[in-house]
Amino acid sequence: MRVTGNLLRRMVRAREFGVMAFLVIALAIAALLAPRFYAPQNLRNLLLDTPLVVTVGMGMTAVIVCRQIDLSVGSIVAVSGMVVGEIYRSHPGMPTPFAMAVGMGVGVILGMGNALLVTYLKVPSIITTLGTMSIYRGLAFVIAGGRQINPNDIPARLVSLSITSPIGIPALALVALFIFLLTHAFLGWSRAGRAVYATGSNPDAARLNGLAPNSIIAGSFIACGALAGLAGVMYASRYGFVNPAQTGNGFELQVIAATVIGGTQVTGGSGTAVGTLLGCILLAAISNVLTVAHLSGRWQLAAYGAIILVAIVADSLGRRQSMKVAA
Amino acid sequence: MKLKKINWTHQYTLLVLVALSFMVSAHLSSHFLDPTYLLTASTNFVETGIMALAMTVVILLGEIDLSVACNLALTAALTGVLWAHFGWPLPLACVAGLTVAALAGLGNGLLVTRLQLPSLTVTLGSMALLRGAAQVLVGDHSITGFPNWFIGVDQRVVGPLPAITLLLVGTAVAWWAFLTRSVRGRMTEAAGANPVAARLAGIPVDAIRVRAFVVSGLVAGICGLMMTSRVGAARWDMAQGRELDVITAVVLGGTDINGGEASIPGTMLALLLIGVMRTGMGLAEINAETQHVAVGILLAASIAVPNLLKRRNRHKAVNAI
Amino acid sequence: MNSNKMVLAATAAAIASTVFGCKPKTASVVNEAPVTGTVRVCFIPKNTGNPYFDAVNNGFVQASSALHFKYTEQAPAAADATDQIPIIQQQVQDGVNVIAISPNSPDALDPAIRAAEQHGVRVITIDADLTGNENLRSACVLPTDFSKLGASQIELMGSLIGYKGGFAILSATTDAPNQNAWIAGMKEALKLPKYAGMHLLEVAYGNDDPQKSLLEAQSLMTKYPQLKGILSPTTVGIAAAAQAVETAGAAGKVQVTGLGTPNQMRRFVEDGTVQKFALWDPAQMGYTAGYLAEGLAKGTIHPAPGVTFTAGTEGKRVFGANNVISNGPLVVFTKSNIGQYHF
Repeated sequence: MRVTGNLLRRMVRAREFGVMAFLVIALAIAALLAPRFYAPQNLRNLLLDTPLVVTVGMGMTAVIVCRQIDLSVGSIVAVSGMVVGEIYRSHPGMPTPFAMAVGMGVGVILGMGNALLVTYLKVPSIITTLGTMSIYRGLAFVIAGGRQINPNDIPARLVSLSITSPIGIPALALVALFIFLLTHAFLGWSRAGRAVYATGSNPDAARLNGLAPNSIIAGSFIACGALAGLAGVMYASRYGFVNPAQTGNGFELQVIAATVIGGTQVTGGSGTAVGTLLGCILLAAISNVLTVAHLSGRWQLAAYGAIILVAIVADSLGRRQSMKVAA
Repeated sequence: MKLKKINWTHQYTLLVLVALSFMVSAHLSSHFLDPTYLLTASTNFVETGIMALAMTVVILLGEIDLSVACNLALTAALTGVLWAHFGWPLPLACVAGLTVAALAGLGNGLLVTRLQLPSLTVTLGSMALLRGAAQVLVGDHSITGFPNWFIGVDQRVVGPLPAITLLLVGTAVAWWAFLTRSVRGRMTEAAGANPVAARLAGIPVDAIRVRAFVVSGLVAGICGLMMTSRVGAARWDMAQGRELDVITAVVLGGTDINGGEASIPGTMLALLLIGVMRTGMGLAEINAETQHVAVGILLAASIAVPNLLKRRNRHKAVNAI
Repeated sequence: MNSNKMVLAATAAAIASTVFGCKPKTASVVNEAPVTGTVRVCFIPKNTGNPYFDAVNNGFVQASSALHFKYTEQAPAAADATDQIPIIQQQVQDGVNVIAISPNSPDALDPAIRAAEQHGVRVITIDADLTGNENLRSACVLPTDFSKLGASQIELMGSLIGYKGGFAILSATTDAPNQNAWIAGMKEALKLPKYAGMHLLEVAYGNDDPQKSLLEAQSLMTKYPQLKGILSPTTVGIAAAAQAVETAGAAGKVQVTGLGTPNQMRRFVEDGTVQKFALWDPAQMGYTAGYLAEGLAKGTIHPAPGVTFTAGTEGKRVFGANNVISNGPLVVFTKSNIGQYHF
């Protein structure tokens, strides 16, 4: 009895409890509103709608934990997708792992650009990435040279990653799962992961403790860029085309919203991979339910906004409550 | 007592850049130096400018308001719906729209101050909520057919000058006078420069913050009506992404994104610079993507270059010893 | 407190100047004189990076090299009417003779277009019209005879599903005038006895956003397990529907057709996900518009219903009601002919 009681209490206190509760409520409403939500086909759709946001969300979690923000991820997705697409156009035989490596390489370079501006030139990250968002988007146009990457430029084996894998689940979902596990292990269990939290909660104290906040911040931007680069390749697989204007447009807000709903504080120092994963699933589930329930388009954005606000308010109230209890 | 040191070098740099971009634009297109055209073109930047002025104060207080463009769209949509579908007289519908805009700002302000939530997250949420509400109200339709007295605000002139450009300049002067000449303005600056000290000095820091958000909302609402009048239609997707242009103008103008330091003349100079660049490049048939890239580089460089120079000077000083 | 009053007064004065500022005298002299030197034409598409408009642009380029007029394309970054306004103003200032525009809104561009006409610039619309404000532009080039398009799309769908079973339409936005006119035509056609076995299950809207369109196409398949086909009369929608059917492994079970560009659809046709779809040739439309623009500026074409002119190698074109030109015929693309088309 006591053990279960403790477990329950610990669960309720866990930072992810709020978003978990929302997810359960959303799924329950889904059952009432649109029973078809639970059709296997639809659950599979859900599995395909989350990987991109999860992948980049993991990088964004690290960046936000460091008390920074990266608005340029959507543009990085576009640049990486264009680069990989152009290579496919001239070398259709490029192996998929190589394509992913190229995408991540592009992301690393662009992430380094952000990192340089933020750490070396001391430009606040919101301004840096507001600027690079436009600059990288422009780069995507330059690479495109007026032509988008069409479905017939993208080989069937890349598209098949969104269809299946040896174990039946679409490979894209497995990639995202892998990234999630990696991030979870890194942030939760590694010494470097703890340094990320230390940097975000108090950079000066971190420095005094012998950590190098600048390298950690730079590392988080580079990782976030790399994951956005990977997402560019995933985008090509999922949507079957890459367009310099449309690809990744507004994606940064989706990712930041999912991260914030997952309990990551923009004031730095706290946030987990599990929370972000749940935030991604919650947002994808909402848009899926609204579509299946024929409430799509018109209500989706308002529902997103309401959920974000309710989630952060609930989170803040919950924290106050637990502070009172602790006192 | 001087509360903040205005960064004059930054403003001179901006002034030089404005002059430079004027010359380059004139060189690129022989049609650029036409006062009538430039005055007409200026009306395209009025909404961004008026919102940027209010945003300057929000950022001065160490906050940010990402929801302005969405608030603009909601005001336009709500006013349009009340007038077109519910048969309200248009002036009354406008008042209702503005009230909701101010209330949305109040909501932002209360969440930020009462719950101590970061304004970045709060306004990220309200940004989706407000534009979403506009979409719920009007769907994909455009509301049109506004009466003649309401539309074409950008074509009204006072002498040779477009009235809304005058309005922008007037608003800037008013903000400047408020911040530098009035007691409340001084208190606002103090609340931004050092909120802890200001609170100890008895300045109602939280009330000032709430007020800044309300004004930012209200101003966005006014811009919503202005844009509706300018294009003769209200839609849910008006001014999408405009909040980034607004923030760019403020930051480029030398306002510190972390708060504490702000400059109204700087915001106006930055707006002028962006306006001249955009107009000049557009006339020279430089495509939209390149225009975006140029503004992006300018934004990052406006902070990176001075920091780089500072770093250089420090190195020199160290070497001298 | 005095300064507060000063601020208040300044604000009030500024607002008053806006409200009571007088409207300028509208320039009544419209310069309709034919252009004698080199004609300058500018095409303003809906947005940049859009392969469909790139094809239209190619048509303009062809016409300009045949007729030796000076041609430019200026696209807004987003498909937003307020982004097209400054471009119109810039082109007018730059001294172009003709603006060909694909309007992002039938009404939000009115003031800008009116101002352009007052400066003696002729405005034509292309691909979409200023529905309800047709008097503002000189003429309009539409890609094909829109009144017959709905029926031909239903025939295409019917032939794919054996004229039997339920299908859904995946459209763009709920207020896109072209889409709605076509859907109305489709519903009209469905009343014919030939199509009695077919029923329309739903009209879904993907907003011409690839992500949203994909989501809608997926949910159509979820909602209607018996779904026989998705008919998408928009190039973004049909590509998304084909992608959704392909990823769901439902090729052959759910037929996809509608309006698409060969370049976007090639793979789906080659791997059998899509058997046939249709479109006009957008380049042809740009080519016709190029000839029309030049003729208008030179004063050799005077648009009026029934008037004809020759559009280079494309042959005769005729103005219909409201000075609308319905350009080329629809081309149906299949595995056997798609290789010949590159746009």
